[in-house]
Amino acid sequence: MNWTWFHKLASPPHAYRIAAQLLPWFAWPAGALIVAGLYGGLVLAPADYQQGDAFRIVYVHAPGAWLSMLVYATMAVAAAVGLIWRIKLAHAVAAASAPVGASFTVLALATGAIWGKPMWGTWWVWDARLTSELILLFLYAGVMALRASIDDRDRADRAAAVLAIVGVVNLPIIHYSVYWWNTLHQPATLTKIGKPSMAGDMLWPLLLMLLGFTLFYGAILLIRLRAEILKRERDATWLTTELAR
Amino acid sequence: MERTGIARAACLAYRRDLLLAFRHWGQVAQPLVFFVIVATLFPLALGPQLAELREIAGGTLWVAALLASLLGVELLFRADHADGTLEQLLLSGQPLAILVLAKGFAHWTICGLPLVLLAPLVGAGLGTPPAANCTLMLSLALGTGILSALGAIGSALTLGLRRGSLLLGLLVLPLAMPSLIFGARAIDLAIHGDSARGPLLLLSAMLVLSVTLAPTAVAAALRISAE
Repeated sequence: MNWTWFHKLASPPHAYRIAAQLLPWFAWPAGALIVAGLYGGLVLAPADYQQGDAFRIVYVHAPGAWLSMLVYATMAVAAAVGLIWRIKLAHAVAAASAPVGASFTVLALATGAIWGKPMWGTWWVWDARLTSELILLFLYAGVMALRASIDDRDRADRAAAVLAIVGVVNLPIIHYSVYWWNTLHQPATLTKIGKPSMAGDMLWPLLLMLLGFTLFYGAILLIRLRAEILKRERDATWLTTELAR
Repeated sequence: MERTGIARAACLAYRRDLLLAFRHWGQVAQPLVFFVIVATLFPLALGPQLAELREIAGGTLWVAALLASLLGVELLFRADHADGTLEQLLLSGQPLAILVLAKGFAHWTICGLPLVLLAPLVGAGLGTPPAANCTLMLSLALGTGILSALGAIGSALTLGLRRGSLLLGLLVLPLAMPSLIFGARAIDLAIHGDSARGPLLLLSAMLVLSVTLAPTAVAAALRISAE
């Protein structure tokens, strides 16, 4: 099998250009889907019979939570690729992803707390899903802090990659242990709110938002990847000619 | 010259670390004293009623053990990194993961085992009944093993960094949360006279997993840090 295209993709000059070309293909559909999803979710979808209008925050909360996990997985896969095949661009993808994933995690936690206030009467409960989301935020913080405290870029990349892979192995264990911990300690009636009956006109805006958010992450990743390449290749000659064009 | 077998190399690494520890036993005692002090903070902060302390004894012991092992694991590779022993291990031609496993086991013998032996005493101060001691020690023995394995990864990653100890906590504590959940739960069940079989089996599974996988990660991290 011919791998030339792959190696070409992994070279910073090509990645820099391809990222710019791909960007509109992610950004515009993302914007359109999010606007359509928000309109569908906030205006067209009927109010929930139990939760009233409060359930509508799910259209931001669920995509945030989905991406917090997707971005971590992306980061770990990129880190593994960078570590095994020594592809620097993969490390750049991992470095560009971490803060985005942490932001989505914060978004999921914040919207979860805001949702919890009218539903459970408090901003925070030690619900299994909220707690594992919080631990996920700690894992992001660890990866970002480790990268920030190593001055040598190559070492920082590889150390953060090892940690990201260790984290991804631990994520299922953390998720299930927190789930069992919660069912051990708290009566289920307190935390289990009936998932909004997701049927028809409530479901499709959510699917649009999930897809829109995912594409939005793609767009942000491309922008951040370009910035990361600029930072990493600032002394390279190709960059000088590229920018002079 | 005949090549040293890996089993012998691992034994030598284990013996060397034990010997070094016994020559500086003051350093070995530090995490233990820390363990007792942290466990003392809880009654002072929450009130002296033994009946109430008994309810949180499992969690208290586990949090104290977690922090103490974090303190101990920081020293795992530091001296070796400073005096060049680590480079010798890297260049020795022996599988690094096995050597790391031996070093980790030595570390557990020095830091984890005394803590396990001391735990019933601290537990008695927190109102745990003697009947729970067996589960208590088993839970902490499995737990300190997991913490040594996870801590070794963090220790290898933060080797030689400024403010490495703060970073170590940030890296290791989130990973240690699952074992904290089941370890504290096991002690809690034993205190109330229930069978702690389930959480202990889960802890054992986690120990097997971390002892199997962690040496590879530690070896990779050491290669990165020692460059």
